[in-house]
Amino acid sequence: MHADPKGVLTGVHFLDGDHACCEGTLAAGARFSAGYPITPSTEVVERFAWRIPTVGGIFIQMEDELAASIAIQGAVWGGAKAFTVTSGPGFSLMMEHIGYAAMTETPCVFVNVQRGGPSTGLPTLPAQADMMQARWGSHGDYAIIALCPNSPQECFDLTIQGFNLSEEFRVPVMMMLDECVGHMTEKVVIPEADQIEVTPRRYTKLPPEEFHLFEPREDLVPDMVKAGDGYRFHVTGLTHDERGYPSMNVETQDVQVRRLQDKLKPLANGRALCETENLDDAEVVVVSYGITSRVAQRAIQLARAQGIRAGKFRLISAWPFPEQRISDLAGRVKAFVVPEINLGQMVHEVARAAAGRAAVIPVSHAGGSVHNPDAILKAIVEAAR
Amino acid sequence: MQLLTEIRIGGFGGQGVILAAAVIGKAAAIFQGGYATMTQSFGPEARGGSSSAQVILSTEPILYPYVAHPDVLVVMSQAAYTTFTPQLKPGGILITEQEMVRVDKYPNGVRAYGVPATRLAEELGRKVVLNIVMVGFFGAVTNLLEPDALRKAVADSVPPAMQKLNLQAFDKGFEYGSELIEKLAENGYGEELVSLESA
Repeated sequence: MHADPKGVLTGVHFLDGDHACCEGTLAAGARFSAGYPITPSTEVVERFAWRIPTVGGIFIQMEDELAASIAIQGAVWGGAKAFTVTSGPGFSLMMEHIGYAAMTETPCVFVNVQRGGPSTGLPTLPAQADMMQARWGSHGDYAIIALCPNSPQECFDLTIQGFNLSEEFRVPVMMMLDECVGHMTEKVVIPEADQIEVTPRRYTKLPPEEFHLFEPREDLVPDMVKAGDGYRFHVTGLTHDERGYPSMNVETQDVQVRRLQDKLKPLANGRALCETENLDDAEVVVVSYGITSRVAQRAIQLARAQGIRAGKFRLISAWPFPEQRISDLAGRVKAFVVPEINLGQMVHEVARAAAGRAAVIPVSHAGGSVHNPDAILKAIVEAAR
Repeated sequence: MQLLTEIRIGGFGGQGVILAAAVIGKAAAIFQGGYATMTQSFGPEARGGSSSAQVILSTEPILYPYVAHPDVLVVMSQAAYTTFTPQLKPGGILITEQEMVRVDKYPNGVRAYGVPATRLAEELGRKVVLNIVMVGFFGAVTNLLEPDALRKAVADSVPPAMQKLNLQAFDKGFEYGSELIEKLAENGYGEELVSLESA
């Protein structure tokens, strides 16, 4: 299905990442957002609040992040595509309702423009230290998708993809921007609406008497209904059976919680979004994501100029993590170098996938800026030795 | 456009520092087919506070987004001059709002050009367009971007009702800069900050 032209600002623009992300939500079909604005993510909802009256939809500034993160889920069950936007401190507050979205299989998008933490940390400066929180922050076993754009153009493109994936798999999707990408202004090309693919919500074709709210299709994802269409349904965060009724026993728990993870398996390997370069002859592979992937690219160029066979493995979807592809590489490269603006998060995933078959070298940064390419280069040079 | 040119613009909030940087970036990235990345420092940017923006222009995709040692520094306040001038690259260009900034020293090999942008803007009837006068002057003395690309970027960055005034401001700054460069070609470039009066 193509995007609704009403929400698509076709043209060539000079936008920052936050504004481009907002245009991505509109192009993807989002017509509802609730938020509690926080630096450095404010510009996303500021623009949405400005744009949405002409597109046709609703923005509500809520009393806090708990309210924002559950209001969007109400809107989804009412038939809208919806998202909220936040940064570290607000992301922490949203954790309960991220779990609720996972448990109730509510397709929605959480935009997190990461800043330095913990706590209120560095409001106006970048970090990538919420990567594990995005995956594991809510309690219980579940799975999510997290995408990491590295430019304003990708803030637009990947936000659309994020919405599409959330509809396909019925999971909350985390857009993991960072302050640098969010506040960086570059050229952003927004195509015509008929060039933009959007995934429509999959509503059931069954009549109310035959429909079960959480009966999975073959791909393990159930069809949806929305309020007002004549279906009686019950959405709960309690462990529930295929009819959506609470069923708190070992068997139901096992079936339901396993399915929440299993339905994302096709993404984990075959379809994981990555960008690779020079892997064929690589002896050292730099694994990076978000803004760090651009700085890492510079380091790789410098290393190649010195005759070191360095390759690039950029995670576009950090979650699900492309475990199999890293594992395959581990058998034939000397080392992975993993720069990230935190003291070591995704590097543990790389190490787990490498399973001791290649060295895994973190290049950490406590946040507040991006790496100096020389720091990454130094690690590459040492790894190649 | 060159392979990589780093520009910093500084002044106080309300002078239109960010817009000036956006116009330059837009000219390169949209109207001249190159690449541009703009970042800005975030501080208490109410009117009167300090404000600065950085733009990187390149013929290739820009990987590292920040500017440490600019090739071109444009300053519209004394505070910005004091803070940023020591960072200028040797061989770089310093551009000042000459009535707002008293230039005492700058790194060796740097060329300094002054323009009374606020006064020129006032002659057009609106002081607010001083930033676009600066952009015009920047265009003439650096010769980094096609004047037409800059002009289009100015028109594209302001509301329709303000286009005429801003284009006049751009032309005024550009003409002032062109005249200065012509005079320098005749008389040679001295060691001091050069302005039309001193050239």
